[in-house]
Amino acid sequence: MTEITKQRNIKAALSIATTALLGTSVTTTTSVQAKEVDEWQFETAYLLYSEVDRVTAGEVIIAGTKTFENDEILNLKLTIDALTGASANGAVAQPKAQTFTRPSGNGQYITPAGDTPLDDTFKDTRLQLNGQWTQPLEDNITTSIGGHLSKEYDYLSLGINGNLAYDFNKKNSTISMGLSYFLDTFTPEGGIPKAFSSMLVGDSNSPEWNDEFAKTRVGDSENKSTTDILVGFTQVISRRMITAFNYSYSTVDGYLTDPFKVVSVLNSGGFAEDYIYENRPDSRVKQSTFMQAKYHFDESLLNIVADVSYRYMWDDWGINSHTIDSRFTIPVGQTSYFQPHIRYYQQSAADFFKPFVINNQSLGNFVSADYRIGEMTAITVGGKYGLLLNGRNELSFRLEYYHQMPTYAGFSLPAALDGLDIAPNVDAIIAQISYSF
Amino acid sequence: MLLDLFYLLTFLFRGTMQKKRAIKVSKQKDGFAISFYAMASACEVLIQTSDEQLAKQIGQCVSNEVWRIEDKYSRYDIQSTCSLINASNGQPVKIDEETYLLLNFAEQCYQLSDGLFDISSGVLRKLWTFDGENAECKDFPCQEEISEILNCVGWDKVIYDRYSVLLPKNMQLDFGGIGKEYAVDRSILLAKQFTDKPLLINLGGDLAVTGPRENNQAWQVAIEAPNSDKAGHTQDMIVAIKQGALATSGDTRRFLIKAGTRYGHILNAKSGWPIVNAPRSITAAAPQCIQAGILATLALLQGKNAEKFLIEQEITHWARR
Repeated sequence: MTEITKQRNIKAALSIATTALLGTSVTTTTSVQAKEVDEWQFETAYLLYSEVDRVTAGEVIIAGTKTFENDEILNLKLTIDALTGASANGAVAQPKAQTFTRPSGNGQYITPAGDTPLDDTFKDTRLQLNGQWTQPLEDNITTSIGGHLSKEYDYLSLGINGNLAYDFNKKNSTISMGLSYFLDTFTPEGGIPKAFSSMLVGDSNSPEWNDEFAKTRVGDSENKSTTDILVGFTQVISRRMITAFNYSYSTVDGYLTDPFKVVSVLNSGGFAEDYIYENRPDSRVKQSTFMQAKYHFDESLLNIVADVSYRYMWDDWGINSHTIDSRFTIPVGQTSYFQPHIRYYQQSAADFFKPFVINNQSLGNFVSADYRIGEMTAITVGGKYGLLLNGRNELSFRLEYYHQMPTYAGFSLPAALDGLDIAPNVDAIIAQISYSF
Repeated sequence: MLLDLFYLLTFLFRGTMQKKRAIKVSKQKDGFAISFYAMASACEVLIQTSDEQLAKQIGQCVSNEVWRIEDKYSRYDIQSTCSLINASNGQPVKIDEETYLLLNFAEQCYQLSDGLFDISSGVLRKLWTFDGENAECKDFPCQEEISEILNCVGWDKVIYDRYSVLLPKNMQLDFGGIGKEYAVDRSILLAKQFTDKPLLINLGGDLAVTGPRENNQAWQVAIEAPNSDKAGHTQDMIVAIKQGALATSGDTRRFLIKAGTRYGHILNAKSGWPIVNAPRSITAAAPQCIQAGILATLALLQGKNAEKFLIEQEITHWARR
């Protein structure tokens, strides 16, 4: 079949022919503004995140979008997560087996010699609801407001947000500003542990147990509030390239400690004598900058769309991180695409991060051995394959491998920890199936 | 007296041949809808005004224009310019400026499509019957028959200028591919001379608006899904339009099936065969309806590359497969 020469601008040629046919008076109407008013568009996804020997999470997402007559968009999203498995409790590996009390105070678990202590009572189901209403205020101003609710057995998070976007420079440039506020309430089973108090280990069936355990507790629940401010700038560079720059400022106040995490107190030989509940500052100010470029290559490069971004985050806990994320969408035939994905993440440790403390050291005001706020490097590699069914519905499969490498540089290890892997790598597989219709 | 009777007979004859030429005005929430029947389609004009007189006047004027174009370019009406050209038997036929401009437009489309779009390809329909019955086609034409008919196809063999057209013997012109869209654009221009009120003209799914409704609101139009005649299938699509035109091209119900392959009713004027692997329908948006119509048809002619063509040409469109 003859293909219409694509170099030729048929649209422009037709509009000249149309002017010749209908007269010059039509040239006053040279634009077209039409778009589909969707019935509900749905997106469904099932995601499986599975860490080797640790946490496994299953997630179901159902999102619906409806576009109304005057470009108002309603977006509703329901997410249900189910989490099971074991999570590091903060204590360091030892050459001998270790016994820990469960966060609820009911019962104990034993970590074999040489293993990183994992609390295997990690089980939770989370229900999340998000709603967002977007509407144009004027031709070049779009506003949006949204609400968020997330409920777990021991956690409630409520949030609101508002955004404003202003288009200018023939809609090639957009400045946006967003504000959001979240209020979280944490009601862990077993209550809130007293900072620096020792984890009670012993016979949980003894008559004094409950009273003794209660002494390590300071209450039933804690709150925290988060305020985020985001300023963004998007610029269309050419038909093929678009760039975005964001700056965000986030302040969190309240209970930021993880009530399930402890810190090992070692003697000078490196043997654990005690486990104390961690303590983090009650405020955190986080800032980040983000830049992104998307480029649509032409036929000579298979019409690939490259999407590369870089984020730099820093906070007043001493953590800073670099994230480089890149995706390449490669069209395969008419109706499908393959999208390789590589992400590199590197983070420095919080000032108060210590993988363990030695009993004669002063503790300072804050301490945490949670590897997630320690120094680490993480890499995600994977890909997504998507195909268009019936010209409208998209089915996609995503498979990714995540490799996290905590590095506790700068901490000298006492003799007992020699030969132990105190900063084990975490490997995870992420698999997702999505269908939008 | 005799003459009067003759006219009356002609009128009656026409009346039985086509649906009665009348318009129906109905009040709507924020204006009037004028409906009429033309070009084998249900047609309507929506106007946002409280002035019923104006609505009637616009309805009258638009429907008259559409009927005028139908009478002039229908190949079924033996008195039409189109029929006169088709019956010319190789002799030159005088044409007016409007016909010349339409032929000129057809020429542009022929050139732009490298000959795929050709208003002289209508004779191929003698071979291809698209009844849309969901059954195997029985009398599928053979290549010899197609090749023979192709001798009677070819816009490049038509000679025309500002005053006349010479159509070779056995050839036929068919304005069906552009007539309705042309009528939409003409009617919009005409209606604009009478009023500034927002209005929409819809001729059987090909439509255009004069601009947004009051308070910059969009017009909402439903576009029929290709298989909406079957229960449980895709719903109509709703499109919001503030400016410009929409035209739909496709084989909603006109297709044939042979050996499991579905042949759409759009024919490749060069090969004489129906296009395969094209979307079932394409709706294109453009400033004028005739552009939208041609773009949708040109895209269908690309077969499996239809969407690619529209994306490359940066045309707002909806394709359904």
